[in-house]
Amino acid sequence: MINKVVTDARAAIHDIADGHTLMLGGFGLCGIPENCISALVEKGVKELTCISNNAGVDDFGIGLMLQQRQVKKMISSYVGENAEFERQLLSGELEVELIPQGTLATRCMAAGYGMPAIFTPAGVGTEVAEGKEVRNFNGKDYLMEYAFDADFALVKAWKGDTAGNLIFRSTSRNFNPVMAMAGKVTIAEVEVLVEAGALDPDQIHTPGVFVHRIFQGSDYEKRIEQRTVRSKAQ
Amino acid sequence: MLDKDGIARRIAREIKDGYYVNLGIGIPTLVANYIPVGLQVVLQSENGLLGMGPFPFEGEEDADLINAGKQTITTLPGSSIFDSALSFGMIRSQKIDLTILGAMEVSENGDIANWKIPGKMVKGMGGAMDLVASAKNIIVAMQHINKAGESKLLPNCTLPLTGVKCIRKVVTELAVLDILPEGGFVLLERAPGVSVDYIKNATAGKLTASVNTPEMSLN
Repeated sequence: MINKVVTDARAAIHDIADGHTLMLGGFGLCGIPENCISALVEKGVKELTCISNNAGVDDFGIGLMLQQRQVKKMISSYVGENAEFERQLLSGELEVELIPQGTLATRCMAAGYGMPAIFTPAGVGTEVAEGKEVRNFNGKDYLMEYAFDADFALVKAWKGDTAGNLIFRSTSRNFNPVMAMAGKVTIAEVEVLVEAGALDPDQIHTPGVFVHRIFQGSDYEKRIEQRTVRSKAQ
Repeated sequence: MLDKDGIARRIAREIKDGYYVNLGIGIPTLVANYIPVGLQVVLQSENGLLGMGPFPFEGEEDADLINAGKQTITTLPGSSIFDSALSFGMIRSQKIDLTILGAMEVSENGDIANWKIPGKMVKGMGGAMDLVASAKNIIVAMQHINKAGESKLLPNCTLPLTGVKCIRKVVTELAVLDILPEGGFVLLERAPGVSVDYIKNATAGKLTASVNTPEMSLN
């Protein structure tokens, strides 16, 4: 087996440079590559284009990179709950492309499946359709949307092995598997790193061929954005 | 006149046994509390879960298990988890029987606006554009009039659109309405204590309303 292991986040992101396009997995703060984000903040790379469903909150996730003005452009589907983001957007410091969530996921998927474009009905007749080719199939209009082209994909998995195979846990799976397939270089950080052979091949979500670098993450905060509970009945 | 829970209760009566249902954020989320006992209903959360359960008990919340509103939730026996691309695959291929979502405006030809107020609010569309473009059965839960007393059921939407000609049913604090394929609202039911004339005045779009429109039942 080819060994994909690097020591830590700093080593994993060593060649991410100013102006690169990154995919970052996660939905809200769930399943985000916390260690890679910290390393990017520490490294101070700038002018990044970030493809991620959300933009974190003011003091966590991609919000940390926004604070340091490292992001030139965000491509996301939902960016609420981030005051600094809204400020940079309204002041024109930050370029933002809002696209439908399914379109975002499927443009990742297309890249990972080696397909140049997809057709989706999402956004037909709205400002999302501006400048895009419309094709009619079986009486219904569809927008042509291109596969993403990302220099790096940064994903977070629950378990991974030294061969780069990944298993995700619960809804922290979200965008991570399709982004893992889509990066020119894919970096996976995992909570539990094991030797190749320790994971059941039937249970692998992302085959190691898509993962170029993997490392054992540390100090996961796993912040909860909306803590909702019910009280125990007597 | 209905409160938000009243709107949710009325919409819950549209859910049938065996339905897979996607609930949007806001009033639609409340619908889960009023699904009639005995119906087998599976709730989809578009981040990647079928079979959404109730909120966890205090102390049992799991940061890895959230719904599309980013709330901590639970799974149920029979639940399944998948990635976000697959999740929108089941939406586009119309495996979801009913989609319930909120709106800022709906027009008489079935257009919907719910994601942006230019210059004021930029949050994004999330999965709403995918849902309205593909779902075969959509119910909009919304306020009939805004805080200034202006109708949100319009001849044409004034806000940026989420989808065109896709909405066929609307439930508000005042009424249940259909939207005809050829255009125009049709009053089906009045909220308790609300007159047909009141609903006519509150609807800026074209409205067909019988003087004999029944009052809705919430049970």
